[in-house]
Amino acid sequence: MEQKTKINATEGKQELTITREFDLPVELVYEAYAKAELVSQWMGTRVIKLENRNHGSYAFETSHEGKVIFKANGTIHKVVPNQQIVRTFEMENMSIGVQLEFLNFEKVTENKSQLTIQIIYKSEKHRAEQLKLPFAYGLNRAHNKLEQIITHSK
Amino acid sequence: MKLRRDVFQAIADPTRRTIITLVAASAMTPSAIAENFDYSRQTISKHIQILTECELLKQEQKGRKIYYELNPNGMKQIADFIEPFRKMWDDRFNSLEAVMKSKIHEHKK
Repeated sequence: MEQKTKINATEGKQELTITREFDLPVELVYEAYAKAELVSQWMGTRVIKLENRNHGSYAFETSHEGKVIFKANGTIHKVVPNQQIVRTFEMENMSIGVQLEFLNFEKVTENKSQLTIQIIYKSEKHRAEQLKLPFAYGLNRAHNKLEQIITHSK
Repeated sequence: MKLRRDVFQAIADPTRRTIITLVAASAMTPSAIAENFDYSRQTISKHIQILTECELLKQEQKGRKIYYELNPNGMKQIADFIEPFRKMWDDRFNSLEAVMKSKIHEHKK
């Protein structure tokens, strides 16, 4: 079966590409990224701030049993509605560092669209840290709940 | 877990990546591998050792010589390594799709 989500992480590079086809019109996929209450729903995180405009910024925070377990923020460099978002992303207290993200939204048909996210890391090592993260969590099924939260919040 | 992490560290090094590329083309002796680099034989041996320990390379004895070749099992581990990351995004996007589909549904009501 063809996988809907694909990751391309070429060896020796400090970037990776994520592609996904959605059974949704491109406007709705874009909206899912542009509106705070929607981001909050599908990412499973609290959206503290989301200014989806050129030179805007955003911040996410996820708590579990009263403790903050995930914090991330970034600046939004450029926004072209229904086409592109260029932003930075950084998880706080993590060794992955800041990453630059190019999100491209493309219409395939009226009800199908494709999202391509190109992520550029500071170095290949930083990219490896990112790839390791879900791998480490994936190993411990006992922490299923935690895994779920982290999975849903990047 | 330790082993898989090491696999990833192993390929994070440019010299070791070059060794993998060389050996992927054809099985090679350690000295033939070393000829491609300006580093000492010892340095290259160390890299070969790490790659072998991570099961990215495997040894094959041909007569009196030892040849190194690619270990397909190890290479598969690298592909598996990315899988949890892919799965994480897949789940997240499935969730996005579900949220937006229920929104369409609400509109139609």
